[in-house]
Amino acid sequence: MRVAGARCLLSALAAAGLLTAACGDDDERVPPSATTDGPASGDIASGAVAAGDITVFAAASLTDAFTELGAAFGAANPDARVTLNFASSSDLAVQIGEGAPADVFASADQPNMAKVTDGAGTIEAPEVFATNRLEIIVEPGNPLGIAGVADLADPDLIVVTAAPEVPIGKYAEEVLTKAGVAVTPSSLEENVKAIVSKVVLGEADAGIVYATDVRAAGSDAEGVEIPAELNVIATYPIAVPSGSANRDSAAAFIDFVLSPDGQAILASYGFGSP
Amino acid sequence: MTATVEPKRAARRDPTQRLPVPALALAGVAVMFFALPFVGLLWRAPWSRAWDVLTTDSVRTAFLLSIRCSLWATVLSIVFGVPVAWLLARVEFPGRGIVRALCTLSMVLPPVVGGVALFFSFGRRGLFGQYLDKWFGVTLPFSTKGAVLAQTFVAMPFLIRTMEAALRQLDRRFEDAARTLGASRWYVFRRVTLPSVRPALVAGSVLAWARALGEFGATITFAGNFPGTTQTMPLATYIALERNPEEALILSLVLVAVSFAVLVGLRDRWLGGVVASRAG
Repeated sequence: MRVAGARCLLSALAAAGLLTAACGDDDERVPPSATTDGPASGDIASGAVAAGDITVFAAASLTDAFTELGAAFGAANPDARVTLNFASSSDLAVQIGEGAPADVFASADQPNMAKVTDGAGTIEAPEVFATNRLEIIVEPGNPLGIAGVADLADPDLIVVTAAPEVPIGKYAEEVLTKAGVAVTPSSLEENVKAIVSKVVLGEADAGIVYATDVRAAGSDAEGVEIPAELNVIATYPIAVPSGSANRDSAAAFIDFVLSPDGQAILASYGFGSP
Repeated sequence: MTATVEPKRAARRDPTQRLPVPALALAGVAVMFFALPFVGLLWRAPWSRAWDVLTTDSVRTAFLLSIRCSLWATVLSIVFGVPVAWLLARVEFPGRGIVRALCTLSMVLPPVVGGVALFFSFGRRGLFGQYLDKWFGVTLPFSTKGAVLAQTFVAMPFLIRTMEAALRQLDRRFEDAARTLGASRWYVFRRVTLPSVRPALVAGSVLAWARALGEFGATITFAGNFPGTTQTMPLATYIALERNPEEALILSLVLVAVSFAVLVGLRDRWLGGVVASRAG
C-alpha cells in the first residue's frame, strides 16, 4: 500500500509538473489544480494533463477493471472526470466511426482497433495494455462434469458462444478449430457478458468466455481451463481516437493504465500484462 | 356497421380543417422528426450493394424467420388479446385496473428486462418453465417458440389497448337488439360485435405485428441469436452493424419498407378504426 501510495503521489507530481510547464501561454499564476476546469485543454501543448472530462470507450470484458481504473485515475487527478462507456468492441468501433465523443478507446481485439485507426485514426499508434485467455464457463460445481473443449461437442449440451463479428466469438471459433471440435451453439450472443448471464441464469450449460469474466462472476459460475496449446491469447490495444476533445488527459489516462498501478488493478481482475 | 361508418364520413366531409399556425408548425417539426432518420438511412445506404446483400442466404433466412415469428405473434395476440380486451371493456370485476395495468406493463418494461423476466418465468429454471421442461420436455429459450413468445409478450398490449378502446365505445344497443331477437352470446359476438370493431381489430393487429417485427431486446435476451432459429431481422441487423454497417443499413431499410407498405396499405381501415374509437 505504501508503495502504491508513493507511486500515486509521484505520478500526480509529474502531472502537475507537466501541467505548469504546459500552460505557460494560458495563465502562469494560477495553481495547477485550478487551471483547467473545463474540457478545453485542446489548445494546451502536448503532455499528460489530467483535467476536464474524458470519455473512455472500453470493451465489455473490461467493465469491472476499468470501473476501478477510472475511479483510481479520478482519485489521483481530482480535476479529471472519467465517464465510462462499455459495449462490445465492435459496437464501440462503429460508434467512434460515427463520431461518438470518445477520448480513449480500449478494444478487446486488434481488428476493431484497426477499424478506428483505418477510419478516423488515432493520435498515436495503439498500445497493448493487457492480455486475456479463454475459459469454459459452467454452472457452479460443474454439475455436468465438463472437463474440456471436447465435451462441448455433446449435442445435448446447451452451449452459447458469440457471433463471429464479436472478438470473443472469433476467439472461441479459433479455439474450437484448434481442438478440432464441432460445436453447434444454441445462440451466438452479441457480447461476452450476455454469454455469462445465460450460464449464470442456468439457461445455458456452458459457454466460452474470457478468464476474467469467469472471475468476475464469482460464485455464480465456475471456469474450466482450456490448455495453453488450444488457448488463444487476446491482446487489448488502447489509443486516443483523433476525434478526442481532451487529448492530453486521454493520454494521461492511457499512461495510468500502462503504469504499474494500472497494471496492478488489471491483474487483480485476472488480466495478463502485455 | 353504421356506427363506425357515420363518423368516418363526418370526418371526411371537412378535409380542409384549418389548424392554428403554432400547432401546424409543431406538427411540421414532429413530422420532420420522424422523417429525417429515414432520410438519413436512405442517404447513407449503399444502393449499389443492395442487391448483393439482399440475395444472400443469411438475409433471406432472417427475413423469412422474422415474417414467420411476427405473424405467429400477431395470431397469438389476437387469439388471447381479444378476449382480454373484451374482459377489460365489458366485465366489471374487482381488480380490473390492476389486470389492465398488468396487461400493458410490457409496453414500458425495457425489452431486455422483459427477456430476463421471461427467463425467470418460462426459462428452463423458471417458475413455470421448469415444469414445461420436466413434464413436456419443452424448453423455450434458444428456440423459435421462444422468439415468438418474446414478441407476443411485447406486442399483445398494443392489440389489447386498441380493442378495449373500441369495445368500450361501441354502441351496445345493436348487441342488445340481437340478444332480444334470440341470438346466442357467441353469435352476437361473432356477427355483431366483431364486425363493428373490425377497424380497431385490424389497426390493433397491425400495430402488434409491427411491434413484433421490430422486436429486439426481449428476443435476443430470451431466445438468443442463432441464424434460422431465433435470429430475426432486427437481430441480424444488429450483428451486421458490428461487421459491416452498410449491410445493416440495407437490412433495416427492408424492415422499414415492409412495415411502411403494410401501414400505408391498411391506411383506410386504420383511419376508420381510429376515427370510430374517437367518435364514440
